[in-house]
Amino acid sequence: MAVPILKQGPFLIATIQAALTDTDVLLLQDDVMAQVTRHRSRGIIVDVTALDVMDSFVSRSLQGIARMTRLRGAETVIVGIQPEVAFAMVQLGMAFEDVLTALDLEEGLALLTRPRKEATDSGG
Amino acid sequence: MADEPASVIPIESDADVVTARQQARAMASELELTSTDQTLLATAISEVARNITTYAVRGEVLLSVITDDLGRRGIKVVARDDGPGIENLELALQDGYTSGGGLGLGLPGARRLVHHFEIETAPGQGTTVTLVMWERENARAA
Repeated sequence: MAVPILKQGPFLIATIQAALTDTDVLLLQDDVMAQVTRHRSRGIIVDVTALDVMDSFVSRSLQGIARMTRLRGAETVIVGIQPEVAFAMVQLGMAFEDVLTALDLEEGLALLTRPRKEATDSGG
Repeated sequence: MADEPASVIPIESDADVVTARQQARAMASELELTSTDQTLLATAISEVARNITTYAVRGEVLLSVITDDLGRRGIKVVARDDGPGIENLELALQDGYTSGGGLGLGLPGARRLVHHFEIETAPGQGTTVTLVMWERENARAA
């Protein structure tokens, strides 16, 4: 199932709506990169609220999105990681140390729109 | 440990990996495992089932409800394949070791997520991983 990506001003919002196969995840990675390039986006939000499992593959792929887009000058924020999922990710060994996260879409947008200097300080 | 009828999920594609973990979660939910344990189990299954598609191409996941001597129930997951097997198991169980281009968190990660983890493998003889997630004591009393 493809993940819809909405353009909102300088940002992209990808909302995952159902369980993802590995193929879906790789597609999402490609789509995000293509759209970041096309729209010259400054930030990306990936909403994972609907995911009840984030295994090492999904986690690694989202981390990949964050790293790749950063190289294009865009910040990625992962929002909506469920508490049980966070628990499992830590047990698994995926702590997302270099990835920005926020509670929900609203806080994710707030993170992206805060003054740039602050973003550089805590994001780096 | 008496086994109730098992559900068998053939694993041949990445969509089957999703099916396996969803069925296991449904079973765990029926058993009233905590929501966290359901998630931990589903995540562990995702890891071991992906190993099947990555290394062995095809295999299967068997799910069953088991009961121990004290009447405690749990979900038993057997993920097995006739693939190449694992040459150095000790290495494969170490964090960060991978021969398949991943992060090397699959087996060691899955092991940390469940209550019981067992693996049987030998080069050329396939791999069988068994996972068990038990219901919590207080859940049974409630």
